Amino acid sequence: MTQTNFESKNVVPSSIAQVGIITKYTFLDYVRSRRFFIMLTITALISVLLTVLVGYYRPAGFLTSELGFYSSWWGTSVTFVIILSGIFFGGDAISGEFQNKTGYFGVSNPIRRSSIYIGKWIAAFIASIAILGVFTAVTLGNGLYYFSGVPSQFGESLLFALLYLVAVLGFTFFFSSLFKSSSMSILLTAILFLFVFTLIQSLVAGLVQIEPWFILTYGSQIIGNVLTSPYPLHITTTSLRPGGGGPTLTTYNATIPEGLAIMAIYFAVTAVLGLILFERKEFN
Amino acid sequence: MSLPFKQPPRIGWEEEITMPSIEAVNLTKQYGAFTALSDLNLKIEGTKCVGFLGPNGAGKTTALKMFTDLIRPTKGEALINGVNVHTEKRKALASVGTLIETPEIYSSLTPREALTMIAEIRGIPHAERKKRVEDIVAELRMEEWIDKRVGKFSKGMKQRICIASALLNDPTVVLLDEPTTGLDPRGMSEVRDIIKALKGKKRLIFMSSHILSEVSDVCDEVAMINHGKLIIYDTLPHVTAKFSGGNNVVEVGLLRPVDSQIVTQTIAAMPDVVTAEKIDDKDLKISFSGGLEVQERLLNDIVKLNIGVVSYKAASSELEDVYLKLITATL
Repeated sequence: MTQTNFESKNVVPSSIAQVGIITKYTFLDYVRSRRFFIMLTITALISVLLTVLVGYYRPAGFLTSELGFYSSWWGTSVTFVIILSGIFFGGDAISGEFQNKTGYFGVSNPIRRSSIYIGKWIAAFIASIAILGVFTAVTLGNGLYYFSGVPSQFGESLLFALLYLVAVLGFTFFFSSLFKSSSMSILLTAILFLFVFTLIQSLVAGLVQIEPWFILTYGSQIIGNVLTSPYPLHITTTSLRPGGGGPTLTTYNATIPEGLAIMAIYFAVTAVLGLILFERKEFN
Repeated sequence: MSLPFKQPPRIGWEEEITMPSIEAVNLTKQYGAFTALSDLNLKIEGTKCVGFLGPNGAGKTTALKMFTDLIRPTKGEALINGVNVHTEKRKALASVGTLIETPEIYSSLTPREALTMIAEIRGIPHAERKKRVEDIVAELRMEEWIDKRVGKFSKGMKQRICIASALLNDPTVVLLDEPTTGLDPRGMSEVRDIIKALKGKKRLIFMSSHILSEVSDVCDEVAMINHGKLIIYDTLPHVTAKFSGGNNVVEVGLLRPVDSQIVTQTIAAMPDVVTAEKIDDKDLKISFSGGLEVQERLLNDIVKLNIGVVSYKAASSELEDVYLKLITATL
């Protein structure tokens, strides 16, 4: 086969530069989209609700100690904000390229599919960070209003939350690569994160008494647990009968290294699988 | 049925390295037991416009998608300028403009932003980007929409932006899949003019279309496929000469029923008329050999018969006749 030397007059940028281009325009599309404003509104509503409830009822769990405040406020809500961001920005990020045919506009250019995938992932991450930033700012604002300082554990929790966001987006992008229907990928991702993972985690731990180390939401426990002092025991067995004896309930709490490993592995595995799926998927 | 197949004469190697080309080598696509494209071997090189014809489901879009890496070949290779699209996509598509189906654009972006994104991906220098985007948008008569969000656009408007995207980097090879789909008559005419202008700029254009008059108007060569197989590839004059017998057909509309004898004896006997037949009581179909002069003389002669001629139009193009013959033969 004779290969011609018919070169383009333009020099196609490197794949890394193309990742940046995709990130820039996808992020622009995200922040102007209705879903970004819906997500922002949901976050604002959660923040306002917590602010009003804590301000009006002054619950002891929130106001007894600095750490207790952050544990109750941040530890219980931030994973929900992260999951919603993952669903909103990652749920149909790849499936939408097929169903909405936006892929035909981008993929048929001199660009690797992996550049598109990574660029879209980074854009979704930045958009989610913006949402998370709003929630973090409101949390800190209220925390500083009621207490003078911010506990060092909050910094750790924030870093764990960012890692959880990375893992959630990795998973949602992978799931999005499995389907060609946007609604299907969004719906299934939402059901998994909001119900199925929690249900499996409870069933496996409570009934089978196996540590649910293979569930992402189990690993995310460290975001809230790091804000409790002392850190919860890894395994707790409680008797269900008053006075002891009889059946017992075993509760598992992910240790910090374990939680970090679960989130990192989830991200690594789903990112690779998602990329492979997108590379192989056809625009039929 | 075996149909004649002729590749246009190959150009010399010295020219080959400077001419844009697209080539399918045993290109095959199977979906389970269904073969969408079967061993397509086709080499197109030079600067010209080639029409890619075939009925729905023939494999046209499948082939074009393999030339743009939207789908992978089951077997064979799709080469652009000698570079394998699947294994070296960035190099193969560096100087290619594509429009496959009707792509959607991120709805929150404006045409300026969407086209700038493509310009950046394709490496158009920063200093040229703004002008290039504005020029191509103006060429497609979309200036007043350049800063409006694409989400509000009609299908035709989106199609224009996608055509603009395909032509943005002044590509040497242009792959178009039914480029006038969704456009109004003025838009269709403008796109045809753009394609003709591209031919003038020494580009290789490979376009699929169902509109045979469009192909006749803008293309130099045609490739026809059916059931995933190439049935002919040749220059337009060769194809029409070979399969249509060189005849043109006109339809004549009459005010009142006409006597069959006038048709079969008087009109059929006129100079250059090959056949004359009644479609119904008030409509005739006349096949003749010759060009527009013959067509004009024929009209005058028929009017002189005073049979109530109220309309007189070309019934079908030569290409349409050839298309129907070849496609029917391969059913």
